[in-house]
Amino acid sequence: MSKVLVVAEHLDGKLNASTAKCVSAAQALSPESIDIVVLAADAAGVAAEAGKISGVARVLAVSNPANERAIAQVLAPQVGKLAEGYSHVFGPSTTFGKDLMPCVAALLGVPQVSDLMAVEGSHEFKRPIYAGNAIVTVKATADHVVVATVRTASWPEAAQGGSAAVEAVTVGAALPTHTRFVGLAAGKSDRPDLQSAKRVVSGGRGVGSKENFEIIYKLADRLGAAVGASRAAVDAGYVPNELQVGQTGKIIAPELYVAVGISGAIQHLTGIKDAGTIVAINKDADAPIFEVADIGLVGDLFNVLPELESAL
Amino acid sequence: MKILVAYKRVVDANVRIQVRPDGSGVVTDGVKLSANPFDEIALEEALRLRDRGIATEVVVATIAPADAQAHLRNGLAMGANRAIHVVVEPGREVQPLTAARALLKLVEREQPDLVILGKQAIDDDASQTGQMLATLWGRPQATFASKLEVAGGKATVTREVDAGLETLEVDLPAVVTTDLRLNEPRFIKLPDIMKAKSKPMESIPFADLGVEAGKGLETTAYAPPPKRSRGVMVKDAAELVAALKQKGLL
Ligand SMILES: Cc1cc2nc3c(=O)[nH]c(=O)nc-3n(C[C@H](O)[C@H](O)[C@H](O)COP(=O)(O)OP(=O)(O)OC[C@H]3O[C@@H](n4cnc5c(N)ncnc54)[C@H](O)[C@@H]3O)c2cc1C
Ligand SMILES: Nc1ncnc2c1ncn2[C@@H]1O[C@H](COP(=O)(O)O)[C@@H](O)[C@H]1O
Repeated sequence: MSKVLVVAEHLDGKLNASTAKCVSAAQALSPESIDIVVLAADAAGVAAEAGKISGVARVLAVSNPANERAIAQVLAPQVGKLAEGYSHVFGPSTTFGKDLMPCVAALLGVPQVSDLMAVEGSHEFKRPIYAGNAIVTVKATADHVVVATVRTASWPEAAQGGSAAVEAVTVGAALPTHTRFVGLAAGKSDRPDLQSAKRVVSGGRGVGSKENFEIIYKLADRLGAAVGASRAAVDAGYVPNELQVGQTGKIIAPELYVAVGISGAIQHLTGIKDAGTIVAINKDADAPIFEVADIGLVGDLFNVLPELESAL
Repeated sequence: MKILVAYKRVVDANVRIQVRPDGSGVVTDGVKLSANPFDEIALEEALRLRDRGIATEVVVATIAPADAQAHLRNGLAMGANRAIHVVVEPGREVQPLTAARALLKLVEREQPDLVILGKQAIDDDASQTGQMLATLWGRPQATFASKLEVAGGKATVTREVDAGLETLEVDLPAVVTTDLRLNEPRFIKLPDIMKAKSKPMESIPFADLGVEAGKGLETTAYAPPPKRSRGVMVKDAAELVAALKQKGLL
């Protein structure tokens, strides 16, 4: 029987929704138990929050001033130690998990399954390669722990309503001091979070400038949606990097995705394949985005968007 | 200061990958191969550090079959001082843990102050090798870099993370992995291709490195992704709103 350890992601004392998605993926193993580990300067608050996720047996709270920031080479030795006795160690395939989990795998001397999107058996999983143009089934040998990052867009958040026991634990691992946190420039926004929003409005190069992007924000606010962007829009400086959707940005699965002035390059489509409904607004009737759009509208975004807003 | 750049050859980013009808793999015969875009960025960054007088030598390395020599020549033409080719049998897949272990052997031989890799190879999309190398080497890592400054035995790295831009300071030697906005790689000019022919390229059979083979992941099936079908076209905003209402989205 499988025993799963999920590494919690959190920032500013709040648990990230990706953790409950990892729990969903863990549940697909029909495991004997699922535990969560929270590593923080003071882990108690986040651990209590994690304990409310349904299906979780125990939450291990590792409080250590060294864990103030999620520095992969500091967290990895601790997760590596705690991994003992578990058959699977899961983390989200967000930048947090992508940074950390391969370190854990290397410490344990095992390969990592990246972007786990489906569980086929206790050691058999599906994952995307080539920007999602192929889905492979990979098999890990059963004689060692499976380390994986969970593709968050493939899994729903596990329900709330659990009451797992929180245990404060200390981990005796030598932690390096060769890496120092300098700062985080986070775009402050009252809009919904791009990775968990039910609705997303994204703008591309077609929007034309940072000033013009206001039109995207307006529509998003009208819909209560998060804002995203193509790589071209980020590269051109219209919006900050954390809004990029796609193979090398965020992979998202909102119920509604509205792509405005985005051509639909394969690397962008990778990020939205799991969206419920894709709406495309583009002045080029031959844009590839229309091949995947559920609802397409050919037109100039600067005419369509104001009309759309008044029609809403 | 010496910089080692991991420089992988992959199917070109513009090729539309197809799964073979029998599900035995993806079609790679005759498709265009190129340097992994993130590795070109890694090499460009190393060259810029050399241009600024911070680095003195840039070494590109790949772990690939014998026919990857032309690929390494491209790296030399872009400006690397020399190349190391760890040669594997044709068709052999090099998984991230194996790549990291092989790169560690090269690190031990070359003693670089900085190793720059791509944040992910666009074939396996694994995003593991740099982090694994840093771990096995016991050195700092700064992944997904969009800005890199090196001075006084330290690197200050701005990283593209989900929350925004994070800055870390790491002691050298260290491992850095590149994101797309770190730089725009230079184009290779014809005279540089000529010059590259006389630059040193060392070939090392994989078996000679003494890398533990280890257990990899076994790929048991390939399938095309579920297709999204083409939907309906509407002619104006009013129709769009109606269509969204019909789907219960408004
Ligand atoms: C390794 C790699 C990784 C990548 N990762 C990503 C990624 O994560 N995410 C990503 O998005 N891209 C990524 N890309 C880039 C991708 O290949 C495309 O270049 C990019 O997605 C294009 O962005 P775009 O659609 O905004 O711009 P374009 O392709 O230039 O399209 C602009 C569109 O706007 C339309 N338009 C212009 N004006 C108007 C108007 N007034 N009204 C309506 N429509 C208008 C045009 O018809 C056009 O279709 C990656 C590329 C590589 C090589
Ligand atoms: N076989 C290889 N040869 C050279 N570099 C590699 C190889 N495999 C991985 N890398 C490096 O590791 C990075 C991340 O690869 P991956 O972990 O496979 O996504 C790549 O961008 C390369 O810089």
